Parts: sequence; structure tokens; C-alpha cells
Amino acid sequence: MGYMLEVQHITKRFGGLVAVNDVSMGVNAGEVVGLLGDNGAGKSTLIKMVSGVYHADEGKIFFLDREIRISDPMDALGLGIETIYQDLALAENLNVYSNIFLGREKLRKVLGFIKVLDHDLMLSESRAILNRLEIEIPSLKNKISMLSGGQRQAVAISRSLYWNAKFLIMDEPTAALGITEQKKVLGLVRLLRDQGLGIIIISHQLHDIFSVSDRLVIMRRGVKVAERVTKDTNPNEIVSLIVGAETVRR
Amino acid sequence: MVNTTDIKSTKRLLLFLGRRWALLFLLFEAILFSVIARGFFTVNVAQIIFFYGTSIFLLGTAETFVIITGGIDLSVGFVMGFASIVSAKLIVFLNNSGLSPGLSIVAGVLITFAIGLIPGYVNGTLVARLKVPPFIATFSMLAITHGTSELLIRGVPATNLPYLANAIGNGYFIYYVPGRVISLFVKPVIERGEYFLELIPNVVVFTFIFILIFAFILRWSKFGQHTYAVGGSVDAAVRAGINVRKHLVKTYMLSSFFATISGTIYVLQYVTGKADAGAPFLLDAIVAVVIGGASLYGGIGTVGGTLLGCLILSVLETGLRVMGVPTFDKYIAVGVILIFAVLIDQFFPELTHKGD
Repeated sequence: MGYMLEVQHITKRFGGLVAVNDVSMGVNAGEVVGLLGDNGAGKSTLIKMVSGVYHADEGKIFFLDREIRISDPMDALGLGIETIYQDLALAENLNVYSNIFLGREKLRKVLGFIKVLDHDLMLSESRAILNRLEIEIPSLKNKISMLSGGQRQAVAISRSLYWNAKFLIMDEPTAALGITEQKKVLGLVRLLRDQGLGIIIISHQLHDIFSVSDRLVIMRRGVKVAERVTKDTNPNEIVSLIVGAETVRR
Repeated sequence: MVNTTDIKSTKRLLLFLGRRWALLFLLFEAILFSVIARGFFTVNVAQIIFFYGTSIFLLGTAETFVIITGGIDLSVGFVMGFASIVSAKLIVFLNNSGLSPGLSIVAGVLITFAIGLIPGYVNGTLVARLKVPPFIATFSMLAITHGTSELLIRGVPATNLPYLANAIGNGYFIYYVPGRVISLFVKPVIERGEYFLELIPNVVVFTFIFILIFAFILRWSKFGQHTYAVGGSVDAAVRAGINVRKHLVKTYMLSSFFATISGTIYVLQYVTGKADAGAPFLLDAIVAVVIGGASLYGGIGTVGGTLLGCLILSVLETGLRVMGVPTFDKYIAVGVILIFAVLIDQFFPELTHKGD
């Protein structure tokens, strides 16, 4: 069996600019791959092609050994590929469980034909998933605007997991967090990896990436410049690869 | 030494009262008028408050949905006028072409309901698909519906409606002859020396049937939940798979629908259609929504809150009338209340953005 998720020779152009140029990479189930690169290196564009926000101009995407076509974000979600963006995309004016179920609300019938929101079911299901992830949030009836950054991240992650995510893409998951919360989120990433998910993490925080990832892919100006097994490399080498100070060893 | 639990409970009490400032204001207003305006504190005046308040209640409900999505609908007033003219003309036309008055009214109103969705569809399409700011899109619609209405009547108000329209619009749900009979909708025949009480105007019943249905939808349905989500974060809604464009179009259509209901009820009440029938109520409707705790930035608001805001305005208007104060004083008061409500939203978010 090959990779769980694999992109082959994928290219994306915006007018004359080649944002992603002939990139190939793969991620195994139960593996965390760190995607590194300076601003404008093409990391975000690459993952947006996988999550269905952008359309690849060239190249192929394989998921679970089948070639897939992703024309919009719902396609990706349907396949079990969930993306957690830096801004998390939570509705701050809604409470925790409403966010977890947003767009896919549980309904029940009253008087046999009127469908209303099933708050009790959504609340108990949300509690179950948060417990599974060992996340503590005081009240699931609290609005998102009352939660800390780490708790929001946890809500966003549980939202993906509830819908049977098989593959998780995380864009800067620790960027806005305090140190304790960063640790918690990284712990959560390890937990998910051990449960067999494939994970791509984009981050500028080298320390975090080194502590959590199995493999690293480095991009520069739209091109994949290197791939390393995390335990065989060190931050200095990675930094020089990112900024392009060292001769590239492919 | 100051007791800290005392401070805490005082703070909690202030927060409790602060969050209910609109309700307290309504009580204060009602008590004030009852004391200073002779003849205010009666069942009759209470009914008048609701009878003349139907337009504000309906337009306020319309505006609630749109404002929760983060938009605004400035066209509701003139859509209401447009609907009043269309329905009046239709009813007269149907009646003249041989239909019975009852059928003419029902058919005329239903056809108007359908036509009334058009301005909303256009508003929604402009806002959601063509990215025109709601303020501009609905302001243009205000002008267009106003012009179309004037064109339809050419200076002559739409009249000659069947008498039945008047009977419905100014009739009551319950008639009560003390000690003898309770009659629904139909005036009882009375003997000499007897009298009957009229309770709950028909138009108030119609108004609240529609409002309660849609209050329920906002609070309990998936549609309602998505309305809040769109207002809270369009991004979140899109990524959650909600068809935001379609939802916005529906919301503006709903707003137009309520303005149309208001227009047809106006025809029953005043037995005429007028282009500017709803014009004075646009500001009132928006003020009511804001007093009701909705945020003009979107994401927050309830129909219940809006109704409270509507009541504050209707009580104010009726109270001033009973006292014989000219109505333009009301506009000053409404303007002040609006600024007051927006400032509360701005500087005391903890009073409006409740934690649950």
C-alpha cells in the first residue's frame, strides 16, 4: 500500500505567477508531516488544492489509493479530509456544540412533522467527543467568544473528528496560543496520530514542528526543495533549507 | 471592611437589571403614561397600542432576520406601501370582475404575497451574488418600489374596496356580551340595553400568527441556526457547507414577505392602498430591533427582543397621542432612544452578548 494521501506533480498558477510548481509529496496513515517554508513559498496554496479551495492546474491527487477530484471544499469533507485554518472558522456568536454541528445539525421531530434542532443530542455527542480527546471546556453552552485560543482550537479539531476525519490539515495550529496551550494542542496532534490519522501541519514554529512531526517537507518559491526524516535532521539545516543558504541535497 | 460577597451580588444584580434595560424601560414608560396621561390605563388603549402597532411589529420582525445576518433592509417601508397598492388594486379588480368579496380578498392577498417576494429576491441577489452593500441595494429598492407604486396609482389612491375588507380589518376576534354570549369574529346581535365588549382586533391575531411562526423558526430550526451562523462568521458558515448566498437571498425574501403582510393588513385596516403607507415605520422597525438587543454587526438578536422594542415605540406613540402631544415630538424621542440603544451595544457588550 502506498501513501494515505499523495499529490503527484501538482502545479498551480495565478496569472503569470507559479505558486506551486510540480510538487509531489505523500503522507502515511498515522504520520505527521510538517510542511515548512517562508512566506510565499506556496505551502498554503498546496494545501488549499487538497482541501478543495483551489483547483490544481496540473497533477494528480490520490487518497486511499484512489485518484480523486476535489472541486470544492464539500468534496474534501465528504472524503474525510478536514482542514483547520489558522482563523479556525468558528462562529463566535454560537455556542460550542452548535459550532461542532454547524451545517450538519441534528434534528428531531415535534408533532410528527416539524423538524427542530435537537439540542440535547448535540450537547451529549459533543461532550462525548471532547472527552475522547481529553479536552476540558467548562460549559458547552458557552459561546465561542468566551473561550481561550487553545479551547477554540480544540473545538475546531473535535468538529472535524466528529465527522470522521481520516486526514487532517492544520494551518498554524499553535500560532496564537500561550505556551501551556501550545503543549496541549501538540499533545492532541500526537493522540490523533496514534489513532491512525494522517496529518499535515504548516507552522513557522520550528520547535513545535520538531517535537510533533515524523517527516518534514520544505518548500521555497513554489518548489519542493527537500524532504527529511525529522529525527535525522536539525533545526539549523532546516532553516538554511527554508532560506536557501545551503546547496540543496535532494 | 467591605464584604466581597456583597459586592459580587450587587454586581450580579446590576448585570441582571442591565440586561433587561429594555423591559424596565417599557415598564417605566407604561407607568409614567398611566400616571400623567388621563385615560391611558385602559383596555381600549392597550388594544389601540397593538392595533396601530401591527406595522411596526411586522416590519420589525422582517428587519430582525436581515440584521442578524449582518445586513439591513431599508426597502421594507416602501415594499409595504407597494404591497398595499397591489393588494387593493387586485381586490377591487377581482371584485369588479364578478368574484365574491370574500374570494376577492383571499385571492388578492395571496397573489400579493407572491408578488411581494420579488423585491426581496432582487435585494438578496444583489447583496449575496453581486456583492452590492445591503445599504445600497435596499436603498435602491426603496426608490424603485416607491416609484412603481406611484406609477400604479397615478396620484389617485386605491379605494372602492368591498365593505368586507373594512369589517375584517376593523373587526375583533372576540365579542363578549356580558353574561350571555361569546362570539368569535362575528358581531353578536344585541337587544336594547345590552352592550358588547370587543377584545383583540383581528389584525393583531393575523400579525401574531405570522410573527410567532417565524420566531419559532428563528429560535428552533436549522434555518434559524444558519441565520445566526451567517451573521457570526460568513467564513465559518461557508466552510461548514452552508450555502450562504442562497441563505441570504431567502432572508431578504422573508423580509419582503413580512413587509407585504404588513401592506395587506394596512389595506384591511384603512381600506385604501398608499405608496407611503409604511414609510414612517422603517426607522421604527430598525430602532425596535436594536432596542431588542440585536447587534447591527450581525449574529445577535431575537424576535422576542424586537417585539419588546416595538412595544416601547408603540406605547410611546400612543401615550403621547393620548396626552395630545404633536407626533413629531415622537421622532425626537425615537432618535434619542436609537442612539441610546446603539451606545449600550457599543460600550456595554456584556449587557447584550449574553453568555448562553
